Order: sequence, then structure tokens, then C-alpha cells
Amino acid sequence: MTAQVITVTSGKGGVGKTTAVANLATALAADGRKVVCIDGDIGLRNLDVIMGLENRIVYDIVDVIEGRCKLKQAMIRDKHYSDLYLIPAAQTRDKNAVSPSDMISICKDLRPDTDFVIIDSPAGIERGFRNSIAAADRVLVVTNPEVSAVRDADRVVGILEAEEKGTPALILNRLNPALVKNNDMLSAEDVLDLLGIQLIGVVPEDESVIIGSNRGAPVVTDPKSRAGQAFRNIAKRLQGQDVPFMDLEQQNGIWSALQRLTGRK
Amino acid sequence: MFNFFKKKRSAESAKDRLQLVLVHDRTDLTPAQLEALKNDLLKAISNYIDIDPDAVQIGLERDGRSQRLVADIPLRGVSRHRAG
Repeated sequence: MTAQVITVTSGKGGVGKTTAVANLATALAADGRKVVCIDGDIGLRNLDVIMGLENRIVYDIVDVIEGRCKLKQAMIRDKHYSDLYLIPAAQTRDKNAVSPSDMISICKDLRPDTDFVIIDSPAGIERGFRNSIAAADRVLVVTNPEVSAVRDADRVVGILEAEEKGTPALILNRLNPALVKNNDMLSAEDVLDLLGIQLIGVVPEDESVIIGSNRGAPVVTDPKSRAGQAFRNIAKRLQGQDVPFMDLEQQNGIWSALQRLTGRK
Repeated sequence: MFNFFKKKRSAESAKDRLQLVLVHDRTDLTPAQLEALKNDLLKAISNYIDIDPDAVQIGLERDGRSQRLVADIPLRGVSRHRAG
């Protein structure tokens, strides 16, 4: 096998990059793929806590780069999926401890016996972002339907095109269908029209995401979670399957029951 | 009459505002620079043909991920001279 290297980035912070990486990686592993995720946010690592692996870290990516350990030693195996690994970021160093060519060489070593390498880019468009996209075969841009997030996503798309990384695909995260229906939130169509790129998935706003991150268990493992379903669908699309987009209007649960009661739906 | 109470839904404002911001972000042109460009263009064109500066419309438009500078410059009505 030869891995596909996918970088998840966003421009703006806090839109759900790390959550997306943890969920996509877990969903791909659940589909039987061998997956390695890399936390590209040197100095502000978080993928480890989102995946619930923070207690298992011995070595990190800077230890690999500076030759203090072998690549395999820095690969932390997931608790549930034996073919899912995390290479954590260093917490006490800065972005300059890694260079784009370091990322390329680590990914080169991973490619032969991995299906997917997923890189969690830091926010921003500086060194850490440049490192994270250096080895990417494919880039996914995450945004929320908010003006600041969409604007920053557009900047990142522009930079990726200028760097000849190709046009990235969009993950629209935390869409609230009730607000969209009320014309108080940009719709998926609005965001796509503004950014002019391809959509790979729309993830509805979902409380289970917070509960999952509290527990260190990505929501894709919760069969009832709507956000989990959306991430499972994106993972299928990354594997080349044609999966229809979810109907976000059709909700169940107390919120839509309330909306039906009050006649708002 | 009651339009006074009808506020534009916020998603629409968001989209309109973003459309403008993105065009300027992508071209790296500030509104002031665009205005200066417009003036320079008009000056250059006026050297050759008679135009009505007030009727001129010059702006940036989006087309997918590409931008274009679109100018609509009506020529001032000129009576044609005919031989004979």
C-alpha cells in the first residue's frame, strides 16, 4: 500500500480541525484502514487529548526529527483500533523545530505501510501551516458558517492554490439547520458559492461532539450521533465511495420535537 | 409602509458582506486603491474618446475562484459626421 497524505487546515482557530482529524482517522480505522495521524501544532498539541491518548505519550515528532527515537517509537497506538496511530506534537518546543522537509521525510517513511496519513494543521498561515501542507496529497479545509471563519478559509484556499497544492475540499462544520432555515446562518450553498470549492461534507452542530471530546472518544464511535454520521460519510468519500449528503433538516430528538410543538418546523 | 419593521435576515447580510470582503482579500486591492485605479482608467480613456464619467461603472466581480475587473463605460452621444 501507499498512503494518501491528507492535511486538515482552516485558517481560523477553533473551527474543529482537531475534532475532524480525530473523527476521520477513527472512522477510517473502523473501516479497516491503517491510519497514522500527526499533530502538526507544535507547542499547542491537542489531538492527543481529543483521541484520549494523552497518558501514553513517551516520544513526540520533534524527538523523531532530532533523532532521539525511531519513528515507530513515537507512534502511539489507539486504545480501540489496533491500526490507528498518533504521532504527537512536541509541547515544549516551537514551530521552528520542524521544517517542511522533515514532514515530507516522515510521511515518506510512513507511506509504504499505511493507507492514510492525516495531518492536523495549526491555525494560521505561518510556519506550522506550511509544515503541515508540505507533504499533503490532498487538503481539506474546515470552516464554520460564520463570516470570520469563511473569510479565513478563503485566504487559506488562495494560498493552497498559489502553492500549487490544488483546490482543497471543504468540510463545513457546526452547521445549525434550524438557524439556516430561519435565514440566520449561512447555508452550505452560500458558503460553497462564496469559496468556490468542492464540498466533502457538512457536519451538523451536535452536543455529542463535546461529550466525546470530554471523554477522549471521537463521536464517530457513537452510532446515534448525527455529527458522527457526517464524519463517517466523509471518511467513506475519502476512500473513494460515493455517499449522498445527509438530509440535515430531518432531525430527531428533543429539539425538533419542540420545534414541531411550537409549529416552527 | 411597514418595511421599517422588516429587518434583513442576518444570513443575507453575512453573505453580502463576505462577498465584498473576499473580492478585496483575493485581489489585494483596498477600496481606495480600486477608486484610484478607476480614476486613472477614466483619465486614460478620456484622452481618446468622450465619456460620461458619472455613468461609468467599474468593479470587481467573482466568478467561482477567479476575479475579474468589469468596466461598463458608456460613450457620450456623438453625432456622426457624414460626408455629403
